Amino acid sequence: MSREPPSFAGASCPLPLRDYPKIQMAHGGGGRLTQSLIDHLFLPAFDHAALWARHDGAVLPLGDCRVAFTTDSYVVRPLFFPGGDIGALAVHGTVNDLAMCGARPLALSAGFIIEEGFAMEELARITNSMARAARGCHVPVVTGDTKVVDRGKGDGVYVNTAGLGVIADGVECQPAGARPGDRIILSGEIAAHGIAVLSVREGIEFDTTVESDSAGLWNLVEPILERHAADVHVLRDPTRGGVASALNEIATAAGVGMVLDEALIPVCEQVRGACELLGLDPLYVANEGKCLAIVTPDAADAIAGLIRQHPLGSRAAIVGEVVADHPGTVCLRSTIGSLRILDLLSGEQLPRIC
Amino acid sequence: MCLAVPGKVIELRDDEAGVRMGRVSFGGVTKEVCFAYLPEASVGDYVLVHVGFALNRIDEQEARRVFELLDAASDLHEARTDPSSGEGGEGVW
Amino acid sequence: MKYVDEYRNAGDARRMVEAIESIVAHDWTLMEICGGQTHTIVRSGIDRMLPKRITLVHGPGCPVCVTSVALIDTAIALARRPEVILTSFGDMLRVPGSSTDLLRAKADGGDVRMVYSPLDALALAQKHSDRQVVFFAVGFETTAPANALAVWKARRAGVGNFSVLCAHVLVPPAMEAILSDPGNLVQGFLAAGHVCTVTGYREYEPLAQRHRVPITVTGFEPLDVLQGVYLTVRALEADRWGVENQYRRAVTADGNQAAQRMMAEVFEVCDRDWRGIGEIPASGLRLRGEYAEFDAERRFDIAPPTADYSTECIAGQILQGRKRPDQCPAFRVRCTPERPLGAPMVSSEGACAAYYRWGRPG
Repeated sequence: MSREPPSFAGASCPLPLRDYPKIQMAHGGGGRLTQSLIDHLFLPAFDHAALWARHDGAVLPLGDCRVAFTTDSYVVRPLFFPGGDIGALAVHGTVNDLAMCGARPLALSAGFIIEEGFAMEELARITNSMARAARGCHVPVVTGDTKVVDRGKGDGVYVNTAGLGVIADGVECQPAGARPGDRIILSGEIAAHGIAVLSVREGIEFDTTVESDSAGLWNLVEPILERHAADVHVLRDPTRGGVASALNEIATAAGVGMVLDEALIPVCEQVRGACELLGLDPLYVANEGKCLAIVTPDAADAIAGLIRQHPLGSRAAIVGEVVADHPGTVCLRSTIGSLRILDLLSGEQLPRIC
Repeated sequence: MCLAVPGKVIELRDDEAGVRMGRVSFGGVTKEVCFAYLPEASVGDYVLVHVGFALNRIDEQEARRVFELLDAASDLHEARTDPSSGEGGEGVW
Repeated sequence: MKYVDEYRNAGDARRMVEAIESIVAHDWTLMEICGGQTHTIVRSGIDRMLPKRITLVHGPGCPVCVTSVALIDTAIALARRPEVILTSFGDMLRVPGSSTDLLRAKADGGDVRMVYSPLDALALAQKHSDRQVVFFAVGFETTAPANALAVWKARRAGVGNFSVLCAHVLVPPAMEAILSDPGNLVQGFLAAGHVCTVTGYREYEPLAQRHRVPITVTGFEPLDVLQGVYLTVRALEADRWGVENQYRRAVTADGNQAAQRMMAEVFEVCDRDWRGIGEIPASGLRLRGEYAEFDAERRFDIAPPTADYSTECIAGQILQGRKRPDQCPAFRVRCTPERPLGAPMVSSEGACAAYYRWGRPG
């Protein structure tokens, strides 16, 4: 399977890259522009089956086993926010990408790009937070790298983590695995991370006890895979772009439709209040410690029950199902009973006044 | 226009310029809000907030009137569709 | 959430729809003139719940959509100046001017920052005394009092590095323009509830009388909007015209007097160019003489940019309710939220973006 290197000349899709001679913030937002960048620049250039699977990590054969390999970079601002920091996020995010492939995390790497002038004390705080997070996830950081860039060129610090994990036999979790009839389980209350970060952002500050839900999900996922490996078709952590973006990606990859029930989506009161205040839809706000599981209908109740036994999953709920209708499109039944499309956003969701 | 959200007043004070300010809770999330246009607000009131300003106090009684209209309109509809009923006429509005 | 959830009940919505169905006997065209109501209607599917006899059109109620191309170009030009921090409400950042938008200006190196409140912009000016902080003051009468207070505070505190780029628009002149148009199809209005929280609704009475239309001051939750439709249709069926108030929990006839006083203190009425419609006389607000030093257009020497409208965009017809977004030939094909040809596709309250995002499945 080889593809031509990218050429803008023949681009006919609705989002040709030539329309954006410069990268914008929206290209990193997790919505349409991010997808466009990946689909039209990176995937054709690197051209590998593991990439075209569009999963959170690459699944590669290694002798008799399968390993999962993933990487993520962390540029969150502010560096420290209620319930977390860039360091903990960097560990949890990569652990979770491995977990969403159904892989037990084995080891992590940590790369730092630090701006000249960055406070040593803050770097220590971040590093110690990473160490704590890694110990909490029972995964060691075994290698890394450090670079320093000129003052003004680095916004404090950027962190990259990569992770390696092992996938047990019988476990097959990938976006294309969703099937009509499957149930969609959400492991808990959404949008906490995005709201926690926003609450300390200059120009929008508000007081809240909402903390980021940043957490490692492997030991929430492990018991489900041990007992129901054949029933779990897709695992995905809805990070940037929120639940709506994650489900849209899966619907497109699997060629299926989905219907969610708005009334069943767990959201805590404070997050709801913050979203109402800013005019944000919680379904598009980032999470860092939540998991979507798309599973066979007969096992759905049992799996949801298992998730609820874990402290991170106490508010787990079945929130929708996969359908054969409107493939590639996710729909939402609103609280007043009508059905509407839950589309992929083009860029960041912005607070509104109107 | 426009996004204005109801919240509960939890604190009120004057700032250094003599402008009335306060904190309002939206489902537990609190934000600094300017009360220059609602000086009569009290702690415990529900107010509508738009871009950081309290614009109006929500009248509890009027808030319930929405449901009175709903009932009146609904009863009227039932009266019309129920041939045995002799009731009719305009509602409270 | 109190005063929110109670108005989003499916059973109540259904009962209200049934009540509307039972009284409607003719075809009617109603217009709502508020982006927030457009949002609720399309997001909740209210337009699809209503009987077919009732056509709901979306008027020019999104201040972000009707801000002129010239003002957006001015904002972008200001953002490009190294000494300027250009502050704006979030929904303004993606609206295209003649060639680009504020978000792209940011990608190009402009210091563009989103704020929730104009007071945040003022605080930024006080924090960064070596920079010029310009606030892009868009909005209808709901937002004008907030922006007025920021300017008033700036003057009292002597914050010399703060200024506003004033783009305010007023609702009643727009309604008058729509109703006076010979091709007007609108027979009843849902008036913007939060605008009326500030202004009251006395000035809508002469409009209703002159044009013989019912105007219902309407709230924003699904049940409010359905009741606004019910009251308007009830009046139409009874051949009555005048102003009724559905949003009584938040609106009084006289409105918020303190807010009106501050608006009069800081602003004066002026003519305003509405994107997609053209100039409507006495439909905007600008800073009064005593506050002129805070007017960004006067403080900075910006060459008036050439306004360049996309010829394909039919925003004007959309905003006047002559056409629905899905009746535009470019809709979804050449005009999408990623590649908008005009403002109603960019702002999430714009009619076109709302139809695009929350359209019917299949």
